[in-house]
Amino acid sequence: MSARRIRGANSAPSQQPLADTRAPNEDDGVQTSPVVADRVAKTTCYMCACRCGIDVHIQDGQVRYISGNKDHPVNRGVLCGKGSAGIMQHYSPARLKKPLLRTGPRGSGEFREIEWDEALSIAADRLGRIRATDPKKLAFFTGRDQSQSLTGWWATQFGTPNFAAHGGFCSVNMAAAGLYSVGGSFWEFGEPDWDNAKYFMLFGVAEDHDSNPIKIGLGKLKARGAKIVSINPCRTGYNAIADDWIGIRPGTDGLFVLALIHELIKAGKVDLEYLSRYTNAHVLVIRDPGAADDGLFMRDSEGRVLSWDQARKAPVDSRDPAIEPAFAGTFTVDGRTCVPVFQLIAERYLDPAYAPDAVADRCGVPAEKIRQVAAELAYVAFQQTIELPVAWTDWAGRRHETIKGRPVAMHAMRGISAHSNGFHTCRAIHLLQVLLGTVDVPGGWRYRPPYPKPVPPPNKPAGKDGGKPMTPLAGSPLGFVTDPSDLLVNDDGAPVRIDKAYSWEAPFAAHGLMHTVIRNAWAADPYPIDTLMMYMANMAWNSSMNTSETIKMLTDTDENGDYKIPYIIYSDAYHSETVAFADLVLPDTTYLERHDCISLLDRPISHADGPGDAIRHPVVAPDRDVRPFQSVLIDLGARLALPGFVNADGSARYADYADYIVNHERSPGIGPLAGWRGKNGGDIGRGDPNPHQLEHYIEHGGFWHHTLSRNERYYKMANQAYLDFAVHMGFLAKAEPIVFQLYSEPLQRFRLAARGHGAIVPPESERPRIETYCDPLPIWYAPLEEIPSDDDSFPLHALTQRPMHMYHSWGSQNAWLRQITNQNKLFVHRATAARLGLGDDDWVWIESANGRVKGQISLVDGVNPNTVWTWNAIGKRKGAWGLDHDAGESNRAFLLNHAIADLLPADARGRRYANSDPVTGQASWFDLRVRLRKCTADEAGFTEPRFKPVAPPPNFEPSPRKLSFGAQFKNKEGVR
Amino acid sequence: MTSLPATTERQLGLAIDLDTCVGCNACVTSCKEWNTGGHMAPLTDLAPYGGGVDGVWFNRVHTYEQQSAAGGRTVHFPRSCLHCAEPACVTVCPTGASYKRTSDGIVLVNEDKCIGCKLCSWACPYGAREFDVDVGVMKKCTLCVDRIYNENLPEEDRVPACVAACPTSARHFGDFADPNSAVSRLAAERGGMELMPELGYRPSNRYLPPRQRAEHEITIAAPPLQAVDAEGGFLGWIDRVLSR
Amino acid sequence: MHPAISVIFFTTASGAGYGLLALLGLGAALGLLPPHLALGLTGLGLALALISSGLVASTAHLGRPERAWRALSQWRSSWLSREGVAAVFTYLPAIAFAVGWIALGRVNGWVAVAGLVAALGATVTVAMTGMIYASLKPVAQWHTPFTLPAYLIFAAMTGLTLFNAIVQIFGLGPDWLIGLAAFATLAGWGFKRAVWRHDAGIEHGPTLNSATGLTEGRVRSVQWPHSERNYLLKEMGYRIARKHSLRLRRIAQALAFAVPLALLAIAFFAPPWTAVAACVLAVPVQLTGVLVERWLFFAEATHTVTLYYGEQ
Ligand SMILES: Nc1nc2c(c(=O)[nH]1)N[C@H]1C(S)=C(S)[C@@H](COP(=O)(O)OP(=O)(O)OC[C@H]3O[C@@H](n4cnc5c(=O)[nH]c(N)nc54)[C@H](O)[C@@H]3O)O[C@H]1N2
Ligand SMILES: Nc1nc2c(c(=O)[nH]1)N[C@H]1C(S)=C(S)[C@@H](COP(=O)(O)OP(=O)(O)OC[C@H]3O[C@@H](n4cnc5c(=O)[nH]c(N)nc54)[C@H](O)[C@@H]3O)O[C@H]1N2
Ligand code: SF4
Ligand code: SF4
Ligand code: SF4
Ligand code: SF4
Ligand code: SF4
Ligand SMILES: [Mo]
Repeated sequence: MSARRIRGANSAPSQQPLADTRAPNEDDGVQTSPVVADRVAKTTCYMCACRCGIDVHIQDGQVRYISGNKDHPVNRGVLCGKGSAGIMQHYSPARLKKPLLRTGPRGSGEFREIEWDEALSIAADRLGRIRATDPKKLAFFTGRDQSQSLTGWWATQFGTPNFAAHGGFCSVNMAAAGLYSVGGSFWEFGEPDWDNAKYFMLFGVAEDHDSNPIKIGLGKLKARGAKIVSINPCRTGYNAIADDWIGIRPGTDGLFVLALIHELIKAGKVDLEYLSRYTNAHVLVIRDPGAADDGLFMRDSEGRVLSWDQARKAPVDSRDPAIEPAFAGTFTVDGRTCVPVFQLIAERYLDPAYAPDAVADRCGVPAEKIRQVAAELAYVAFQQTIELPVAWTDWAGRRHETIKGRPVAMHAMRGISAHSNGFHTCRAIHLLQVLLGTVDVPGGWRYRPPYPKPVPPPNKPAGKDGGKPMTPLAGSPLGFVTDPSDLLVNDDGAPVRIDKAYSWEAPFAAHGLMHTVIRNAWAADPYPIDTLMMYMANMAWNSSMNTSETIKMLTDTDENGDYKIPYIIYSDAYHSETVAFADLVLPDTTYLERHDCISLLDRPISHADGPGDAIRHPVVAPDRDVRPFQSVLIDLGARLALPGFVNADGSARYADYADYIVNHERSPGIGPLAGWRGKNGGDIGRGDPNPHQLEHYIEHGGFWHHTLSRNERYYKMANQAYLDFAVHMGFLAKAEPIVFQLYSEPLQRFRLAARGHGAIVPPESERPRIETYCDPLPIWYAPLEEIPSDDDSFPLHALTQRPMHMYHSWGSQNAWLRQITNQNKLFVHRATAARLGLGDDDWVWIESANGRVKGQISLVDGVNPNTVWTWNAIGKRKGAWGLDHDAGESNRAFLLNHAIADLLPADARGRRYANSDPVTGQASWFDLRVRLRKCTADEAGFTEPRFKPVAPPPNFEPSPRKLSFGAQFKNKEGVR
Repeated sequence: MTSLPATTERQLGLAIDLDTCVGCNACVTSCKEWNTGGHMAPLTDLAPYGGGVDGVWFNRVHTYEQQSAAGGRTVHFPRSCLHCAEPACVTVCPTGASYKRTSDGIVLVNEDKCIGCKLCSWACPYGAREFDVDVGVMKKCTLCVDRIYNENLPEEDRVPACVAACPTSARHFGDFADPNSAVSRLAAERGGMELMPELGYRPSNRYLPPRQRAEHEITIAAPPLQAVDAEGGFLGWIDRVLSR
Repeated sequence: MHPAISVIFFTTASGAGYGLLALLGLGAALGLLPPHLALGLTGLGLALALISSGLVASTAHLGRPERAWRALSQWRSSWLSREGVAAVFTYLPAIAFAVGWIALGRVNGWVAVAGLVAALGATVTVAMTGMIYASLKPVAQWHTPFTLPAYLIFAAMTGLTLFNAIVQIFGLGPDWLIGLAAFATLAGWGFKRAVWRHDAGIEHGPTLNSATGLTEGRVRSVQWPHSERNYLLKEMGYRIARKHSLRLRRIAQALAFAVPLALLAIAFFAPPWTAVAACVLAVPVQLTGVLVERWLFFAEATHTVTLYYGEQ
């Protein structure tokens, strides 16, 4: 048995087949070798956004079972709780069957089925009229999908700036903070070096998009005995297995991290060589209070950013390889006073205000613990260094005989981003990583190609003019501002976009603000729209911050009885809560029935060791009259004759999405898929479209992955071999080093504007916000919703966490997953409950300044005493998701969103800003403060608020009372 | 025949690492998915889309909190058949439907003989047996007997579904009768626990207890940070840092 | 444990039936019962009716009653199987005895032997029933030295109350038989109270610590693997409120012991016809009481699996 093939994550000797796998002759009649499939189709899972490779075992045209693809870079053969329940998603009774046209009032769920042709012409007519008159009156927003490079391009060609995906309510704080600091970001765009890290800090993560990679990685850390430190108010899941659980008070990580930085700088535990080579720590900042360029970088006549060279005692190009930079001091260049960035950093964070003792109480973390973590960080980073025996050459041509690593890795996600101070907190974490010299080094946190990108990426948001009839936008509506002149505001400073992204209210939006669209459209603020088109986002329920209000807005009418949001087109695959609010429903396929493209232009499956992308392809045929939305969008594009969607003769350019995936070129030679390009499939990244590309992918298990050579894998921001590769692949325009912006000049430019400098300045009313929050160095401030009085009236922080076995709202239609959780309880610390006189399983009102919701509590020890939490998106509306009216989801489960608000409390001027991060516009889900009140006896036992049940779509038969799935496969005899 | 084999040639079972399990339920649903079409198919679900939903499962994950001298911790605890060496679930069975295999020690139910008297589920202290009301017979973990020997699967896939799926690598499988098998050695190294040993069922599965955390080697080794003394002010400091 | 009506009825009815059968067989064999057509018909008729109806009821508990016959196969290891075998076997001597005693009007020779064997079979069957429960380690309240005697004593008690009633009806009974019945009831009562006293201080072997291998400190269940109650909780996780069970215990004691005792006492001193009425009345009252007692026997029993659900 020596030559046996063993692949994948679970291949320890204690996880392998028996040495002899021949069935013993027990003769108990057990069929030990049933046939399990007549074919195995390899595609990509979509039970969540993690994009694992799956082997779908199909028997008699039915899915028998799904297992992990062992060769796949994302999951290496493992599956999660959701992925293993894919069958029940695919066969869900809630699957939509046919296009629907609204017949009853909005929200009633009354529809009639229509043919696709009718559906598409209704949509095309309406959209055509909008495009011919005022394209921005179409707001196109998408949620869970992984086709944002298509949808964004479609919006661009349509000519509306009002496009975004869900990033704005998801984790744009992580994306923006990362891309404006280190040219890459957490989320799933980078990863810890699981194989080399000795110390791992996990900030605010319950599950994340990298579901399986994180789990595989934690397994590896455990196996190697690395230390795992979790910073999280809740001790569940990943955080339960941490070696050190730090139950921090929500919203205070920034303070905690800056205190660590305080300790490290104070002890001189910073990697100055790393800082000098890869960061702007030595760049000279003009110190000239009141001047228009105060706080900007000192530049020479050619606009080169300058640093001070100690040896040469002169200012030099900060990129000069030979530089011996000064990190501190005050220098005079061309008569201007300048100080190096690092001096500003040290001055700020050495302040006693950041000392552990000063922050301990607010963080709910003992000063001792903070000091301990700082000491451990320094110890591992500087005394446990590792070196890989691999020579590499940096951008300046310097050859390094080994790859040096400081094995401290970090990962952070929504516990950081879903607070209104998340952008700065995330910047603080990146600052900590960089001071320790741990970004893209062995044992540190690593980029996944196409990252790193220039800091920030070069593309600016298009659509400043608001879009012109019948004309595409100059570029994508989403991008990165570096100067107030990049904002999408008109002359009086008012927002151009319906979601107010890239306005003074959310200058660094980057992903748009999907959570503001429905309110703004309803309030015609800044202007009314005609049609709201949504795709794969349950906005009438769990992805709205103020669900009850949103439901009102979606159904609200003006004086002549017309809906304030005139028309809603929605594509969903299932009977979600949002379907009932659409005027036109475009039913999608399930993930096993369509082509998808997990593209390097979007959210690929890259590994830190190399780029990768993947596809989904139909492995079973739809049994309903449904169509993949991407193909529908391409069809609409052709009907609307959008440039790029039609040939010169006006005929459709692409037959369907599959055709687009293969033949579309974003720029010459660069298309949705990077693998097997070129006529004969020999090229990667750049090359002509290859008509057989999809066959190659399917043969290869549904994905393409390129492994970087060993000298390309680290220091990607400055690794010549990697940079050249990145240029070839189209990840970068030039093979230039990427310099970490510890001090962010773009932020300072906005600050200067707030001080009245420059052509484009904020309206008076906005200046204090911009001045305060556009700080070029990380700051901490209390979450905006937390008005001081909260401590007495709403003393508790209320959070949600992702259940590992549920994906937002869509898991509840799954007969298996919902058995695990169909009621979410509110977890309360025992001591807190005792203080409030509450007992296990009591029913309570969860009351916030914004509303209240009723649920049942469960007592635990493993939570910050000032925090209560529950599982996200378990509560459902009666009638949705094919669930019976007596289902736990709509009777005992609750949706915390009913207590959240999409607006902040009114400020002094009565102005109510979005409940978002003031820099990026990220939705601040986790700033919520609540109090608990025990229900009276007659209030107990059922959740509130509850809404009128939605009617089932036409021709929906009631869901089965019994499932015997699998009986049909029993003991399949077959050829061995 | 429900009298127990005196010994079994192999004693197959699972080792579950409570130090690593994050409670993701992958082993739970992958088990359900494989087995609902497997040897005991189907694993019926009643009221699958309604209130009081109740299905047959072979593996379920509990969550516990432990408060001890070492501090508090949350532990995820997967529970499935332990394939005991002295399983009363077998000896109480009046029909011979419940039996322990002599070859590999797997405890199985023969559906065709089962009269659904439920006595075996009363006799199992661990709650590893679930009655399928719809079919009227008892069902339980088969240790994936229809995977581990399945000639229709590539050899590398002949492991229990839950072991293959587990994303944290917390589940292990093998022959506990062989003290030198990888799984036996792992269990020995990690002090694998028997559940409810006092009842004398002699379970085969082992639970690897959470590691002691308080004193991680890094915590012990890391010296407290010393402030670089600020004499000469910030500039003096930076010089000293640079001159290291 | 879930109190399944079929099982409760089975153990109560067959218990009384076997008790009665044993007494008739014994009495006849020892020559205490002269051949008596009516007595034989009613006595054995009733005994076999109770036994058979109990056995039939017990199959209602099965998921696959049509396969019940298979339960006879595993007598080597399974008490349930042994109970089945013993039950079936006992019919043979019982019927032989019936034929000899009633039809042929004989009490000596092979009829006496059949009577004795039937009595033995009845006793063994009841003992097997007791052992099914006594052998279950996961149920602390059952896995005790009390369970087996309890089943035997209750069978004897209910059997005697029945036997006495019948004998009195036909005016064959000596008064000491009433005394004997009363004594049996008193013994049953005493024993049941002893059992309850023992259960009150019962040592639950396993704890959540040993059930999870998390040996140190206090372990608490904070989340179930599923939101709603499953088979394990419905079958093994049955819970009864303390005050509820206390009330039922009082009812059980009144009906199974106190009232029958009173009635037998009355019968002892009262004039003949009242005496007969009292003896007869004692039967349904006591059987109802025993049904309640049996219900509690299940409802109050806790299974180790509930440890995992934090319900002990
Ligand atoms: N199974 C599953 N996986 C998913 C999803 C799903 O629905 N189900 N959703 C996907 C999506 S869209 C996203 S955005 C990702 C999100 O993945 P995560 O980032 O894991 O999102 P959450 O589950 O919201 O977890 C937030 C965590 O932050 C903690 N937290 C809250 N406030 C604070 C704080 O102030 N400080 C710290 N340190 N921690 C805090 C919470 O306790 C919680 O553990 O997951 C993706 N993956
Ligand atoms: N309280 C609270 N609220 C939150 C969060 C939180 O942490 N706490 N997290 C927020 C975050 S980060 C996010 S990303 C959002 C996620 O919230 P949503 O974006 O609403 O995600 P889902 O609930 O998964 O809804 C996606 C919709 O897509 C539909 N769908 C599923 N598969 C397909 C398909 O193949 N095709 C089509 N066309 N439709 C499909 C589903 O039926 C569902 O209606 O929730 C946000 N809401
Ligand atoms: S993490 Fe799970 S659900 Fe998400 S893609 Fe991977 S297997 Fe599928
Ligand atoms: S799959 Fe692994 S990690 Fe997940 S619950 Fe099961 S044992 Fe734990
Ligand atoms: S765990 Fe229960 S079912 Fe499995 S062998 Fe042991 S006693 Fe029998
Ligand atoms: S339920 Fe079936 S397997 Fe269990 S004891 Fe009864 S007959 Fe045997
Ligand atoms: S071994 Fe097989 S049957 Fe047993 S729990 Fe694992 S997956 Fe389920
Ligand atoms: Mo998200």
